[in-house]
Amino acid sequence: MIAYVLRRLVSLIISLIVASLVIFVVVEIVPGDPAAYMLGMNAQPDTLAALRAELGLDGSKVARYFGWVAGMVQGDFGTSYTYRTPVSGMIADRVWVSLPLALYALILSTLIAFPAGIYAASRRGRAGDMGVMAATQLGVAIPNFWFAMVLVLIFAINLGWFSAGGFPGWDKGLWSGLKALTLPAVALALPQAAILARVMRSSLLDMLGEDFIRTARAKGLSAGQALWRHALRNALIPVLTIIGLQFSFLLAGGIIIEQVFYLPGLGRLVFQSITQRDLIVVESVVMLLVFAVIVVNFAVDLAYAVVDPRLRVRV
Amino acid sequence: MSRGWRGLILGGSLALIFVLAAILSLVWTPYAVDGVDIANKLLTPNAQHWFGTDHYGRDILSMIMVGARTSIAVAVLAVGIGMLAGIPLGLAAAAWQGGWADEIIMRGNDLVFAFPSLVIAILITAVFGPGAVNAIIAIGIFNIPVFARLTRGAALSLWSRDFILSARVAGKSGLRISVEHILPNLASLMIVQGTIQFSLGILAEAGLSYVGLGAQPPIPSWGKMLADAQTMVAIAPHLALIPGAAIILTVLGLNLMGDGLRDLMDPRLRVQRT
Amino acid sequence: MTIMTRMLTASAIALMAGVGAVQAQTSITVAIQLEPPNLDPTGGAAEAIDSVVYSNIFEGLTRFASDGSVGPGLAKSWEISDDGLTYTFHLQEGVLFHDGSDMNAEDVKFSLDRARAEDSTNAQKPLFAQIADVSVTDRLTVVVTLSQPNGSFLFNMAWGDAVIVAPETAATNATNPTGTGAFMFVNWVQGDRIELTHNQFYWGAVPELETATFRFISDPTAAFAAMMAEDVDVFVGFPAPENLPQFEADPRFQVIVGSTEGETILAMNNKVAPFDNPLVREAVAHAIDRQAIIDGAMFGYGTPIGTHFAPHNPAYLDLTGLSGYDPERARELLAEAGLPDGFTTTLRLPPPSYARRGGEIIAAQLREVGIQTEVTNVEWAQWLEQVFGAKDFGLTIVSHTEPMDINIYANPEYYFQYDNQAFRDVMDALTATTDPDGRTALMQQAQTIIAEDHVNGYLFQLAALTVAKAGVEGLWPNAPVAAIDLTGVTWAE
Repeated sequence: MIAYVLRRLVSLIISLIVASLVIFVVVEIVPGDPAAYMLGMNAQPDTLAALRAELGLDGSKVARYFGWVAGMVQGDFGTSYTYRTPVSGMIADRVWVSLPLALYALILSTLIAFPAGIYAASRRGRAGDMGVMAATQLGVAIPNFWFAMVLVLIFAINLGWFSAGGFPGWDKGLWSGLKALTLPAVALALPQAAILARVMRSSLLDMLGEDFIRTARAKGLSAGQALWRHALRNALIPVLTIIGLQFSFLLAGGIIIEQVFYLPGLGRLVFQSITQRDLIVVESVVMLLVFAVIVVNFAVDLAYAVVDPRLRVRV
Repeated sequence: MSRGWRGLILGGSLALIFVLAAILSLVWTPYAVDGVDIANKLLTPNAQHWFGTDHYGRDILSMIMVGARTSIAVAVLAVGIGMLAGIPLGLAAAAWQGGWADEIIMRGNDLVFAFPSLVIAILITAVFGPGAVNAIIAIGIFNIPVFARLTRGAALSLWSRDFILSARVAGKSGLRISVEHILPNLASLMIVQGTIQFSLGILAEAGLSYVGLGAQPPIPSWGKMLADAQTMVAIAPHLALIPGAAIILTVLGLNLMGDGLRDLMDPRLRVQRT
Repeated sequence: MTIMTRMLTASAIALMAGVGAVQAQTSITVAIQLEPPNLDPTGGAAEAIDSVVYSNIFEGLTRFASDGSVGPGLAKSWEISDDGLTYTFHLQEGVLFHDGSDMNAEDVKFSLDRARAEDSTNAQKPLFAQIADVSVTDRLTVVVTLSQPNGSFLFNMAWGDAVIVAPETAATNATNPTGTGAFMFVNWVQGDRIELTHNQFYWGAVPELETATFRFISDPTAAFAAMMAEDVDVFVGFPAPENLPQFEADPRFQVIVGSTEGETILAMNNKVAPFDNPLVREAVAHAIDRQAIIDGAMFGYGTPIGTHFAPHNPAYLDLTGLSGYDPERARELLAEAGLPDGFTTTLRLPPPSYARRGGEIIAAQLREVGIQTEVTNVEWAQWLEQVFGAKDFGLTIVSHTEPMDINIYANPEYYFQYDNQAFRDVMDALTATTDPDGRTALMQQAQTIIAEDHVNGYLFQLAALTVAKAGVEGLWPNAPVAAIDLTGVTWAE
């Protein structure tokens, strides 16, 4: 077990190093000078040079890479070129929007998908199953930015139940914050719910065909009891894997949704920073997201390995 | 008719309509899509323009047809990249399972999955410029680990089968076995996954075009049509509804087709529980 | 209690009162598309900075009024010596910075010296280039000596880059702006909004509005949605002109259409073939149908221009006749230039919709006369590097929004590379002339030269589009400078 943990830890660190190199290289070769962007069309060459020196853009790239990595290890993500404030502060502010949004969407998606998937599996081949399958087929095919606009049109503009976007801040109250995140969360959740429902359904159906279920039925359990007491627990494993994947998608994939609802989240920060050539923000935020996903995967793998020794040999 | 065939025929027909429209657009469209005719802008569907016109006076039916070509081409090529790179990687990982090749490939997969795909797509287009080619690369890169992981999982369960073991005993190399025996048995699985990735590619291309990073004007694309249409949805709803419907129907068709194929090949697929 | 604490307490109470009600009559929420990267107008070129702080938080010696004229600001009066080299400014009494400290001649000297210093990062350093010396005669009098007479000096001092700052707070203005204006900075939630409160100790009339919030909504659909859902009170620079008729028809809203200083041009690279041939440039000028572009890209909002000058300016000369829509003539000119089959060139388009949409229309119009264009959409950073810096382009579309910027044609290094000594002579004469009639004559001469030379394709003047709730009054219809002056804004009863 120790050997397994150590091996995984080593590959975790290697992954992080490779990721940081890839990120740094890709961002640094993006053409465009942050100083020129900030000073605009009338800037003189000497002003540009002064600004570049101030931002620390003059040094060698190698030096800047090591400076960046060393800083990150200590929790210092650098200083934004555009805003001149510490990146860690900007990330902290934005995380409080993106993280709750991702969790909210995940909870909504699970709340819709689980009952739908279980219902469909229990009614396999019959009208109920067909209905759910048709709905999920549609849900998967709808582009979420189009769906977001429809939601805004109906619920914000026509009915006025929600605002069309924006985020008032958690200091104005938990309720108002959640309200502002509701339409975005729904727009994110529905396509994910569709996928999750189908995974739930097919995973359950696989389980229901297994021998141990037949044994349970033979022992006298009803179909429903067999489903609830035995199939569901085992069916959850692939479902949980998908949920984990969805979470990382939701965290950073919300760029378009954040744009449509003008939410001050991580996605929009990255998008704006790329436009403004605020390289340090882009590098740090992407690195942070990758780090989060890799670490979560590591933790999940460890958890699986503890629970099921067979899984220590990767299948 | 069994469920598999129903899905295949229904989905296949739906997708086929758009594929045919795309092919037809190469030689003929009702109107040219690179002209501008301001006098006729924002017409609702009528006899001359079956789907109406957009804010520049361009015929929407023609734009949907050419847009189909863009979306389908990008999605197909992106899937192609995913398969061409992903399948060999997966086969290699399975053939040398447990070794360093396997470890590197699987870690590499996890790494690519960990990257936020839209951000990377935006960065790629920031470096190399927006356009259909770079959209293909950006989407294709994220298809590679999908096929690699799928291939590896499927191949691994085949490796333990008797006919493979006998080939091994006969002295065939890992490479030959992978190509001659494993690969053909994976064909049906790859086709099914291919249709799914194809539909995801259509959605991804629409998303990239929506933020301005896909095929550039004057080449029409469904995502760009949606982006342009959204501010005019109050005065000309057909501008948003029609490309939206096109995307939904194409993706729906492909998914139904994929599901149908999977149901038809079900018994063989049940072994590969990835 | 210090002045600062008193002000903060007053503003805190005002904020709480304002926040409670959704539409308090003393608070206002103004939305703009772009968020400023920082709040120091003397250290960055982003227009969005001026939008938030100009005349609200910071003030200069002179200031722009809504009609573009230059009037007294922190300098209540001034005298100009006969040789045009010495300006004596008399400052307003009793002006305090937002941190409570006194504003006096020392601060003016500090601000001007800082802007023109060797290592200054001021984006408009040329504005200060002719200042030879700044000296303080007494607490409220500053004498500025120029090295050469400059008829636009007072105009230059009205720009946002020339506002007066205090030495104690200059370094932190980017994140905590401390100026002398009628509004004070309260809070910046980056990515979302900036909150201001009115300055109870302002030297002029304290604004009726107690709190003002700026929000940033870049997506045109979101802008439409936010307005319709009544989430914001005013949207300045509304990005979706196609929606304006809907707002006009709705009694809850008003639409204000004005003019800006933005000359939108189809720039041609004058030193690169075939645009180095004046016949080719004239051909391009005749191939373009301005009205079609205005209708198609801007939904009818915008004024055609025939030269690089704002139509609302009294010195404007209507030279649109020199470049009327005439594809026949365009083809003739191309044949005369030795290109009867046309040619292929690049058309680089930055992000704004006037460029992207206008570009599609222009590409189609040019195709009609045989000119094929390779259209590439670029982001601003790429545009700055490729087009503006490296001059690697054939055609591009951009809007020049600085007021009175016709002097860019006097710089042969400027991206479209127009090199004409005769024009430079006129510009030099203009700088030296202070008499209004003389200036008008020279400005008209300048406009004629660049129109006849067809340096660029002059398309239209950007319209200033503002959508607001019906009860808001006092908003500037025109945008002579990229500012949103809230000092005169009130809610109707």
